[in-house]
Amino acid sequence: MSKPRSIFAGVDVGASRTKVALFNAEKRLIGRVVRKSGTNFVTSAEICLAGALKMANADAKEIVKTTATGYGRKNVPFAGDRKTEIGCHAKGCYFYFPEALTIIDIGGQDNKIIKIDEEGRRTGFKMNRKCAAGTGAFLEEMSLRLDIPLEKMNDLALQSTGLVELGSFCTVFSATEVLERIREGKKRPDIVKGLFLSMIKRVIEMDSFTEEVVMTGGVVAHNPFMVKMFEEFIGRPVKVPEFPQFTGAIGAALFSLEAAAGRDMNNRPSIIDY
Amino acid sequence: MTEEKKPQRKKIRATGEMNRIMADYFLELDQAAKTGDKKIAWCTSVGPAELLLAMGFLVYYPENHGAMLGSTRMAAELIPHANALGYSPDICSYLTSDIGSYVTGQTPLTKIFGIEKVPKPDVLVFNTNQCRDVKDWLAWYAREFKVPMLGIHTHRNPSGLNDTVISSVAKQMEEMVEPLEQISGNKFDIDELKKRVALSRECSALWKTVLDTAANVPSPLTFFDGTIHMGPAVVLRGNQQAVDYYKLLIAELEERVKNKEAAVEGERFRLYWEGMPIWGRLRAHSELFTSLQTCVLASTYCNSWIFTDFDPEDPFNSTAKAYTELFIVRGDDVKEQYMKRMIDHFKIDGIIYHDAKTCPNNSNNRYGMPQRLEKETGLPSLTINGDLNDMRLVSDEQTRTNVEAFIEQLEENR
Repeated sequence: MSKPRSIFAGVDVGASRTKVALFNAEKRLIGRVVRKSGTNFVTSAEICLAGALKMANADAKEIVKTTATGYGRKNVPFAGDRKTEIGCHAKGCYFYFPEALTIIDIGGQDNKIIKIDEEGRRTGFKMNRKCAAGTGAFLEEMSLRLDIPLEKMNDLALQSTGLVELGSFCTVFSATEVLERIREGKKRPDIVKGLFLSMIKRVIEMDSFTEEVVMTGGVVAHNPFMVKMFEEFIGRPVKVPEFPQFTGAIGAALFSLEAAAGRDMNNRPSIIDY
Repeated sequence: MTEEKKPQRKKIRATGEMNRIMADYFLELDQAAKTGDKKIAWCTSVGPAELLLAMGFLVYYPENHGAMLGSTRMAAELIPHANALGYSPDICSYLTSDIGSYVTGQTPLTKIFGIEKVPKPDVLVFNTNQCRDVKDWLAWYAREFKVPMLGIHTHRNPSGLNDTVISSVAKQMEEMVEPLEQISGNKFDIDELKKRVALSRECSALWKTVLDTAANVPSPLTFFDGTIHMGPAVVLRGNQQAVDYYKLLIAELEERVKNKEAAVEGERFRLYWEGMPIWGRLRAHSELFTSLQTCVLASTYCNSWIFTDFDPEDPFNSTAKAYTELFIVRGDDVKEQYMKRMIDHFKIDGIIYHDAKTCPNNSNNRYGMPQRLEKETGLPSLTINGDLNDMRLVSDEQTRTNVEAFIEQLEENR
């Protein structure tokens, strides 16, 4: 049997998907798994962790510390610490791009814009209001209405030769508008591209983009064409980390690693008490 | 921390006395409504209460009732009844929940004080210094009860306050005297007005002393305490009871200051709250911030019942000035200067802006103020989307994540 390693885990229980990332002591990502969060967050987190350990060819006993984040961060009984997804996305992005950043995370239920300085410290953040328009949930709803599997949307948008602009930000009104466009005989690829543009516009209104721009989240992971559209829209290059959907989990794992090494961002434990 | 004892919020002993004087206030109104032995005026919360008291009215404040509908979480069920009458869900949720309360015959006064219904008014008096909604609100009741409505239309958003603005408001107030004499059956007595203005000034000064105790480190008082203990300053100013109560409260708070007793155990961060309270979540928010060892200790909202300009020797002009120089009435330049003074005075680490969906006049994040102030002061801020009364507009999970992330940010940058 090989010598036990030190493994540092991050669990991101999102509204839509649960992600687990495992790091070794050399700060290398050695395991990662994503699955639907479903209704039992505890089970989802456990299944993801088991899968990630398998991928890393590791044993649960080798885990030194686990940090949970995301909507269901309080539902991970095996986590020793919790951080908000805002902190974890900042940490995860800074790991890949150590510079001042404006981070755009398009999640399943919320969008975030996070600003960090050149030292990786957060200087501000914004979340969407109590409305899921422009988030992954918007795309999921449209996927149902258009009967297009989520995983096909990117390829369809790539085939677009025109653009069907949607006037509404509201998910329900957009769906009505989409149906109207279908009745008018508009092409599905052009409609999907219009959906992407609608999401981009929703993000644009949240904040200014003052630093290098990074995009993260499941929507970005599965729809790289949206990133290209975003770059064109803002007229600036956009960076994407290696595993954009795992950014929060990666950030959480990095918090685990730093805390275990006794050099948490401020050398003090989180004061957040659950 | 996870396994440790949760930080505790320190409760205020004087609360029992406040509850007693508030109960007496409502029971006297109820009695008057039943017997007709005293006339009742409804007045907007920053309206000319001193004049009404001087004319012999008992004064009832619909906004106070609105806040009760919010804090008892009755509002969201009642708002749709006003919507059905044509009052949009986008307008003031005090207004819509209060009208909903009336048309369904439900009031928190029943549960709290055993009072069946709000006291029927003999006159309705507004001041638009806060917003237009207060006038529309009372106008509904004027039609319902078929009673007269009088009011003051205040200039909104002035930067400087010149004589034109103040004398206009004072003149409108003076013009109320004659109709109020007719409605009350009492002759106007300038000495009685002077007495009421003097009592309001004393109440206001004492209330300021209460709030100023929060400038101490640690703070003996939270914003959430303030929203409850401002009750007497709102409904009993101009009366001796409010003066007596604040003397009692000050003694308790000064004792805390002397003993360095914190309202929030282990206070680590000090925040300013800009905007309305989220009435249906007062306890939840108080507990959330307490668990983060963070004291929200000062606010524009609680400061709104500090009227520094009252002068009994010049009652009309000074009252006009007192009710017009308020934060909510003024231009953003004045508001920002005010905020900067508060940030310094209360040693603030960050600002929370509450963007209340149905209260634009109390949502000061909407015209770039957070960005301007952050640039000038370097203090970070957070905007919470919510509402004063309509809890359907509140996302608890988003609020929690936002607040926790904000505290993480303050920690990182300390």
